Amino acid sequence: MGLVLLVVIWLITFISAYFFIAKTWWLPTGASAAAAGIDHHFTTTYILMGIVFVAAQVFLGLFAWKYRDRAAASPARYSHGNNTLEIVWTVLTLILFVGLNLMSSSIWASERFRSAEPGALQVEVTGMQFAWYFRYAGPDGKFGATKPELIDPSAGGESAIGLDTTDPASKDDVVTGTMYAPVNREVEVILRAHDVIHSFFVPAMRFKQDAVPGLAIHMHFTPITTGDYEVACAELCGLGHYKMHGMLKVVSQEEFDKWLAAREAEKQ
Amino acid sequence: MASYTPTVSIDDPRTSTGGNGVLPPAWGGGGDNFGSPFFDMRLRRARLGLVVGLTGIAMIFISFTSAYVVRQGLPTLDPRTNVLLHDWFPVPLPRLLLINTGVLLISSVTMELARRQAGRKAALAQLAAVPGVLADADEKVSWLPLTAVLGLSFLVGQWMAWRELGANGFYVSSSPSSSFVYLLTGMHGVHLFGGVVALLTAGVASMLRRPADSQSIAVDVTGWYWHFMAFLWVYILCLLEFVH
Amino acid sequence: MAGGTGGGETIMATREFAAHEAHAHAAPQGFIRKWVFSLDHKVIGLQYYFLALTAVFVGMFLSLLMRIHLIWPNAPLPLLGEIKPETYLSLLTMHGTIMVFFVLTTAPQGGFGNYFLPIQIGAADMAFPVLNMLSFWVTFIGYIVMLSAFFVVGGAPLHGWTGYPPLSALQSAGPGEGAGADLWVISIALFCVGALMSALNFITTTLDMRVKGMSMMRMPLTCWAWFITAILGLLAFGVLFSAGILLLLDRNVGTSFFVPLVVVNGQLAAHKGGSPLLWQHLFWFFGHPEVYIAILPAMGLCSQLVSVFSRKPIFGYKAMVYAILSIGLLGFMVWGHHMFMSGMSPYTAFAFSVMTMAIGVPSAIKTFNWLGTLWGGRIRFYSPMLFAIGFVSLFVSGGISGPFLAQPVLDIPLHDTYFVTGHFHLIMGVASIFGIFAATYYWFPKMFGRMMSESLARWHFWFTFIGTYAIFMPMHYLGMAGATRRYSQFTEVAYLRDLIPLQKFITYAAIVTIAGQFIFLFNLFWSMKYGKKASDNPWEATTLEWTTATPPPHDNFGGRTPVVYNGPYEYSVPGAPRDYVMQTDPSTVAAH
Repeated sequence: MGLVLLVVIWLITFISAYFFIAKTWWLPTGASAAAAGIDHHFTTTYILMGIVFVAAQVFLGLFAWKYRDRAAASPARYSHGNNTLEIVWTVLTLILFVGLNLMSSSIWASERFRSAEPGALQVEVTGMQFAWYFRYAGPDGKFGATKPELIDPSAGGESAIGLDTTDPASKDDVVTGTMYAPVNREVEVILRAHDVIHSFFVPAMRFKQDAVPGLAIHMHFTPITTGDYEVACAELCGLGHYKMHGMLKVVSQEEFDKWLAAREAEKQ
Repeated sequence: MASYTPTVSIDDPRTSTGGNGVLPPAWGGGGDNFGSPFFDMRLRRARLGLVVGLTGIAMIFISFTSAYVVRQGLPTLDPRTNVLLHDWFPVPLPRLLLINTGVLLISSVTMELARRQAGRKAALAQLAAVPGVLADADEKVSWLPLTAVLGLSFLVGQWMAWRELGANGFYVSSSPSSSFVYLLTGMHGVHLFGGVVALLTAGVASMLRRPADSQSIAVDVTGWYWHFMAFLWVYILCLLEFVH
Repeated sequence: MAGGTGGGETIMATREFAAHEAHAHAAPQGFIRKWVFSLDHKVIGLQYYFLALTAVFVGMFLSLLMRIHLIWPNAPLPLLGEIKPETYLSLLTMHGTIMVFFVLTTAPQGGFGNYFLPIQIGAADMAFPVLNMLSFWVTFIGYIVMLSAFFVVGGAPLHGWTGYPPLSALQSAGPGEGAGADLWVISIALFCVGALMSALNFITTTLDMRVKGMSMMRMPLTCWAWFITAILGLLAFGVLFSAGILLLLDRNVGTSFFVPLVVVNGQLAAHKGGSPLLWQHLFWFFGHPEVYIAILPAMGLCSQLVSVFSRKPIFGYKAMVYAILSIGLLGFMVWGHHMFMSGMSPYTAFAFSVMTMAIGVPSAIKTFNWLGTLWGGRIRFYSPMLFAIGFVSLFVSGGISGPFLAQPVLDIPLHDTYFVTGHFHLIMGVASIFGIFAATYYWFPKMFGRMMSESLARWHFWFTFIGTYAIFMPMHYLGMAGATRRYSQFTEVAYLRDLIPLQKFITYAAIVTIAGQFIFLFNLFWSMKYGKKASDNPWEATTLEWTTATPPPHDNFGGRTPVVYNGPYEYSVPGAPRDYVMQTDPSTVAAH
């Protein structure tokens, strides 16, 4: 039985480790400025923790087999422990865990402790059961007022977010169901939700943030590769949670300007 | 008034002090050393259980306090103006609450008298078991029913305070601060009612002539619970009145 | 009685004591007093255990329906027909709630803790037997209320076991958020009351009823685990209770503790100014200690079993105690790691993440000590030991994914993905269930006087050990690839469609593993009647439950009171006649 345990535990360990090392299923290719740092730290973590995982399971299997009871075995070693060993492995574990955390803290700080740069593109992202809407402030750089009484999700677009068309600042606001962003320019998202908590998750951008009713949460990221990136809602929001998805299209600055101009023109 | 503190040498393997040791007197309070180590053990255990239980109850009110503080300081986004609003306006508390507080504090005094009275009864009951001893309580006032009455009066007074709040337009959902007034007073009232039920049960047990020592333990524990409820009430009142 | 001063009082004390004992510990007569409203902690422990047993099969059945729906979303199921998205979410909500509360928080503590804590410390019962009985029946009523949510108009709620408002606070936010959600909250509130009552009993009993010689540092680690778990419960369940009251008020009387101004389906709701984050803070202040409540008893038992079945003292008893204490204490300081993406301040997030990494240290110490106990031992592979070894493996696997999630930067891609689901199922779900299985196989002889079938137990072990790895290890890969949680199907998002083959594998593994659990169920009931008769100490273990008859008499020790001379792990003591020295054995004084 000891040998069987060893074999099974080792097999499970090595098969699991294989799929991690082979990256058969892995994080999507990073497409934001922050992704490289996050991915690098992810790799550091998974290598260190992977070593611990494999070592612990290997020893478990080994001991199960090596110290099995059999007639020829010597009596069990009577020992209540070893204080030095306790101290040593406690300190080492503490260094490993806290060290990893401190290493990641600089990335966290650079992502979250600072606000967006002054020239960032502002996009208001609103989540509601069960769609995402994106609003651009337009040439005046100001978001127009919205009123809860004007919210009508069935009408889509401007009505869905309750845009108050009497407000002059609303005249050039563009509301779309697909998010466009120019490459290599920081995007500041202002996250809002109408009804329940949603979460704006763009895996390729390594971006996730809950959209909470009653709050307007400011976050930022910088796309560095053009392409189409899926957006999935990442906080249970009701029966349509599985189909509340959107699309982020990262294009060149010229294409973005053309697209925005076309949307403005449609409004006239 | 009998006060009885014997020293007993016992060999009771159930205690962790071991055989042939001298037991220390039971915990605190006045006049509740009855010389029986077994009684002391039961009393100690009951009191320990009460302390543990009150810790659990305290966590409920600590959570409410935390919610109260957070809610006070919390701005929410007015979606019309995109501005963060503070919408906390304290509720003017009815003067009646001060009267209720007085009633509760007096009931705490009568509760303490009842607790000691039950202790004396149990001590005398022990003595009465010794052949040839005549023990007579000669107690003029029965404090326990009086405490129950005061407790019920407090609860009635709280109900009247709620009516007064309602008459002034403050219902449970009228504003965040009024929600907390109803919540905190209501939860306290529920727990105090539990204490009243315990008192009534003890009173019934007395009438049914249950063993005096069990009764005294029950009244002792209820007494400390009652004092905690009085303290909790003063805390809640101060929280509502002074913490903005 | 030894003569002393105050002979009259001594006589009275003895008589009083004897009378009390005779009254309290006379075995009850009649079916109702013996089996329904019993005050005997052993019967109450079994009541909790069998409640958890029905709950785990309900919970497993719900997860089976979920897994089938995920890979065949349009297929109608027999009896239930087509499962709509909201039904999937109801299954998910109830699966999580029932498993966490009525299985993981019930069987290890209410079940085995009730049965064996008093016996392991030498007591005749819990401190407050009436309260103990009440705590079970309150929990039972809570369970019935929870199940009733399935049968009301709108069905069971769909807001997840975490119940975040506004989704859980607004009746209009989804099907099942009407009466079903109210019943869910009420059930949880009842459970909190039952748990607080039980915690009161456990703490008082441990502090006040240990027999002579049973100092705190001679208690088996199971007792330490039950004791600290009870303290966690005492401090945490009150907070959940409060949150539940606030939620009930928001749902039914129009308060706005948790709900800001919201518009649902174009309708303005009658709330404003509340904070959804307030719920999250209150819930997780409870929720994090709760996961330790779910796992600590299993850790205590694992320590017990690796020692008994390696014939070696536990490696580092003191360190194990300090580790349990640290886990308990730190467990109250890390709740924010569930909220890194919530909108909480990033500075607070950083503080929580440091504490969270710190709590990994005592868990690692325990793992090292379990390995240290195996090292140099003479391991006997009886079924309890198989599950104990399995527990260590699963605990390591589940624990390793923790440091990923504990770092906020890495939590960004991983939060609310299947990586989290894999993590908590391995370390809290499966590991704790292995503890429950191990406890069953270990203590069944003492409870029922018969041995369970070892060969059936081995089949059960291999099915479950391999099967649960096959279910939950792949979830980590899914999570890294971005597979979001709580989706009722994967057909709408392209990158999720690509992951369906792996989801299929998980479902097949789940079907096989669930089937394997019926081996256990059969073994359990068959052995009660036909199992080999068990001796009083079939495992040759040293703790107090093995000194008494099998099954134990009503007052646990048949009228005598044990006296303890040794620690609980005196195995293979050099010079001793056998390879184990009972805790009550005065003849060998073991050196520490």
